[in-house]
Amino acid sequence: MDHKMSRSPWVIHYDGSSCNGCDIEVLASLTPLFDAERFGVVNTGNPKHADIFLVTGSVNAQNLPVVRQIYNQMLEPKCVVACGICACSGGVFRDAYNVIGGVDRAIPVDVYAPGCAIRPETVIDAIVEACGILDQKEAVMRAGGDPLTVGGAATWDGGVELGEDGFVAAWAGDTAAGTPAAPAAAKEGE
Amino acid sequence: MAHRSVIPFGPQHPVLPEPLHLDLVIEDDRVIEAIPQIGFVHRGLEKLTEKRDMHQFGYIAERICGICAVGHSCGYASACERMLDIEVPGRVQYIRTILHELSRIHSHLLWLGLLADAFGFEALFYRSWTLREQILKIFESTCGGRVILSINEIGGLKHDIEDSELAGIVQTLDAMRPDYDALVHTFLDDDSCGERLHGVGVISKKDALELSMVGPFGRASGVNYDVRMFGDGAYADLAAFEPIVATDGDCYARCQVRCAEVTQAMDIIKELVGKIPHDGIGGRTKLTPADGARGEVVIEQPRGEAYYYVRGNGTKNLDRFRVRTPTSQNLAGLTHALQGVLLANVPMIILTIDPCISCTER
Repeated sequence: MDHKMSRSPWVIHYDGSSCNGCDIEVLASLTPLFDAERFGVVNTGNPKHADIFLVTGSVNAQNLPVVRQIYNQMLEPKCVVACGICACSGGVFRDAYNVIGGVDRAIPVDVYAPGCAIRPETVIDAIVEACGILDQKEAVMRAGGDPLTVGGAATWDGGVELGEDGFVAAWAGDTAAGTPAAPAAAKEGE
Repeated sequence: MAHRSVIPFGPQHPVLPEPLHLDLVIEDDRVIEAIPQIGFVHRGLEKLTEKRDMHQFGYIAERICGICAVGHSCGYASACERMLDIEVPGRVQYIRTILHELSRIHSHLLWLGLLADAFGFEALFYRSWTLREQILKIFESTCGGRVILSINEIGGLKHDIEDSELAGIVQTLDAMRPDYDALVHTFLDDDSCGERLHGVGVISKKDALELSMVGPFGRASGVNYDVRMFGDGAYADLAAFEPIVATDGDCYARCQVRCAEVTQAMDIIKELVGKIPHDGIGGRTKLTPADGARGEVVIEQPRGEAYYYVRGNGTKNLDRFRVRTPTSQNLAGLTHALQGVLLANVPMIILTIDPCISCTER
């Protein structure tokens, strides 16, 4: 196959509720010292132009709809990279009252890139891994398949639902043990 | 009669790495009013003191913001030290100040790059960020981290920075100087930069005082206020310190002030490295704050005055931790500066206050 999406993956960056540390490292990975741009990784502000969604920081009730909206505006095949430990799981802020959890509470995540703050090398590594998933998705789509059967979307539990008041109404798999709902309930009992 | 409409700006916008939402009420292409909306980055960090003890919270305090991380951890540590009545060795104060001034250089270079990006000068953006990497290299070689340094403890430092390493810092800064001067020359003397910066988003000194603007944003409007001039800690030993003030109050003046502050910070570091005492680096204190003991500290962050307050309740957890950050002071000035400007200049004016949203919302 001659044509490949991963030859020049355009990225879009959104700061969930990160402390800026990961944001500046994501930008630093594109600037001359690390220079991911020489591989065709271009930062764009338009979700419709982007192939890879780099999210930093955890999600809360206010930015969860924004993250979902950007994700929904992106066209398939697309990939989501959770940059930094806050985006993966909530990090040091997981116990804070306004943090729901990692980005996978809002949208399916394909690549988890840890670090506090994430290192530019890790960002580039994650983008390379995301490129592989992009290629797989593209191959599935060319064969007439569903891109959601590849990558993080295939095993995603659905995240959280916000109620009409804007607060969390339902956790995915509320009854299952070990979901974020369980520790939250345990904390209230303390 | 011109037609009025509302343009939403952010929270996802290419010019800002951070989520800030503005409703811009415009008439033709002039902004009549800007209504900011924040809350996208709020984590509820101050309340975490109930779950993390005093020493663990140092790591959380450092993560208030990744750009001013060093300042926040110094501010938190010194506020706790005042609460516990600990006198830290001079070397600790010097090293904290040196790292803080280095972070000012990295923060201002980052800002200069973003400013260049905002008015569409990509090459200048890349040059500023390349220069900034040298400061991050210093951080990495002395402390191990590029962004989060985790060197401060309540009562001292986790590890020393050797004299040879300090000499290396001065060497790196000296080597940076010609490149930095060339960069400043482009920002301040190039016509294409000047065209975009001169006379844009002007704030008078009277307005700046009324809106209690702080930091380089206030100093560019002629407000002669810089916390460092009170000579707290290692700043007391400086031969001379004069806040850098400009009078025009436009985007050019803000750029001018920050450019000069970088060279000022380089000089401060050089002077302090020459005078640094050798009286140990302290260490984590074993004291517990008394019930009702308080500590307050004000420091000059790259973005302006930041205030830290801690109160103990007799246990290892703090009763209250509070920060007031420069950007929450400056947001009023931002909405004021946006009134009556062209829509095309909005991104640049938002950038010139150097907003740090994660500091503001915590």
